[in-house]
Amino acid sequence: MDKARNLFITNSIRIKNEKISLKKETILSFDKEVGFSQFSKDAYKILELKYPKYHKMDSLCKLGILSSHILLLNQEIDADTALVFSNSSSSHDIDLKHKQSMENIVSPAVFVYTLPNIVLGEISIKHKLQSENVFFVEDKFNAELLLDYSETLLNSGKASNVVCGWLELKNDQYDVFLCLVSKNGEIPFTKENLEELYGIENE
Amino acid sequence: MMDILLQEDSIISPLGFSTSENINAIKAGNSGLQFHANSRFQNGGFYAGIIDPTFLADEFSALGDAKKFTKLEQMMLLAIQSVLNNNKQIDLKTTALIISSTKGNINLWDNPQNFSEDRASLNSLGKIIQNFFGFELQPIIVSNACISGGLAVAIAKRFIQAGKFDNAVVVAGDLVSDFVTSGFQSFQALSNSLCRPFSKTRDGISLGEAAAAVLVSSEITKGDNIALIGDASANDANHISGPSRTGEGLYKSIQQGLKEAQLSASEIDYLSAHGTATVFNDEMEAVAFNRAGLNHVPINSFKGFYGHTLGASALIETILAKHSLLNNELYPSLNFEELGVSKPINIIQNLVKKELQTALKTASGFGGCNLALILKKINNG
Repeated sequence: MDKARNLFITNSIRIKNEKISLKKETILSFDKEVGFSQFSKDAYKILELKYPKYHKMDSLCKLGILSSHILLLNQEIDADTALVFSNSSSSHDIDLKHKQSMENIVSPAVFVYTLPNIVLGEISIKHKLQSENVFFVEDKFNAELLLDYSETLLNSGKASNVVCGWLELKNDQYDVFLCLVSKNGEIPFTKENLEELYGIENE
Repeated sequence: MMDILLQEDSIISPLGFSTSENINAIKAGNSGLQFHANSRFQNGGFYAGIIDPTFLADEFSALGDAKKFTKLEQMMLLAIQSVLNNNKQIDLKTTALIISSTKGNINLWDNPQNFSEDRASLNSLGKIIQNFFGFELQPIIVSNACISGGLAVAIAKRFIQAGKFDNAVVVAGDLVSDFVTSGFQSFQALSNSLCRPFSKTRDGISLGEAAAAVLVSSEITKGDNIALIGDASANDANHISGPSRTGEGLYKSIQQGLKEAQLSASEIDYLSAHGTATVFNDEMEAVAFNRAGLNHVPINSFKGFYGHTLGASALIETILAKHSLLNNELYPSLNFEELGVSKPINIIQNLVKKELQTALKTASGFGGCNLALILKKINNG
């Protein structure tokens, strides 16, 4: 895949352990005791998201909206920017809530989130992306899959840019790595660089 | 660009445990939808396409001990076994396994039987399937709502064209679980009787369960072959559970798919719609098909036969479109009554024998996702 040599990781974001980092620089950190619910509220305020729909979303979508908002701030992207996401637990967090509600009254506002790709729809709405979407479920962060699939989209002209990464949430524990891939930047879009950017932060 | 072919395939559904049994049932006008008792419903139950677990276990006993595998696993393993039986030369060291499901073994949450808690996860499903046959490559699991089964085929094509592998077994499956049934019921999206796609009287979906598998390959075989020559997906960027009024994402995916296939809308012989039979979905599809200039193309929905099989539906319908082309047969859209969408479309009402070369398969799903696949008959002598 020779064309891949012209592709770069233009920007990247990491959210883990109450800490948000952009291109490896910590931009925001919270107390260790802060649970996901408070973290997502505080981060929304501090980052001035101003997107009221956020509060109606399930936790996985909040995490996706939050991270993509920071990642894409001041970036030039068009409607053909593809979304290539992955995680291990699918929509487990909201699945549990739906399961609990089945004993009583089931809410369509909960059920609608019981698919992992709903977050891709929420991000598409917010950033006006009418693009290729896919959600992969993998055991663990799989840089090769993200790289290979993103390359097929970019090299075949099915996408102009790609946002790819890992968006995991289970039992209130979150682990996010997203990157914007385009023809601009200094960090080559390679498996090694993806693994380095995912692996080194917050450990 | 190399041809990407849809080779051996299999469908495991209430209509039968092979593709030919399924097609024979469709030609006979048989539906897999039946009334099933369920205390969630005021009238005591609902119509759905559910596989008899005893028949399934009997069929599965040729492969292994049915007690050691969940219902969904039995269905998906049977589908793959049938594909492999007819491709004995296939090398599992280099063949990819691509799995599509929305909720996998989620029914274990209601009834765990003797299975471990982790068995309900999609990753666990992937490992069971991988290990049963000995695929060496790590499975690729796609969970992208109701376009998953078709998107998995597109992903196979994209990876093969990029040179990642030459062959991929794509398998898709989903169950009618209380988890999903209760959710669609809360949306008031379920039909009170049998789903009636594109009809004036349509009142929602019927759920169904099924599994299917297909071998996607760049290796040419003799005779008539069906190639996947265009594929595209596009998000509506409009609403996460309601389809776009203008059919934006579906229209865009059709345009992109046709462009890759280097075909115009007038060159499409058959259109296999998503056709869930909800008021808004079918209307959206009719709008998108009209925008794309497909209003004269013979069109059907298979949901009247199967119900909506979620992550399996787009794969089953792609396989059926493939056989439509090979058999030169257009299958009727079951339960169709008077047209109930605002734009004209050409619903297939009876079995038609007709020379066919090209087909378009579309699907749409929650999260605003849409998919178009374009199939073409080619002859390799």
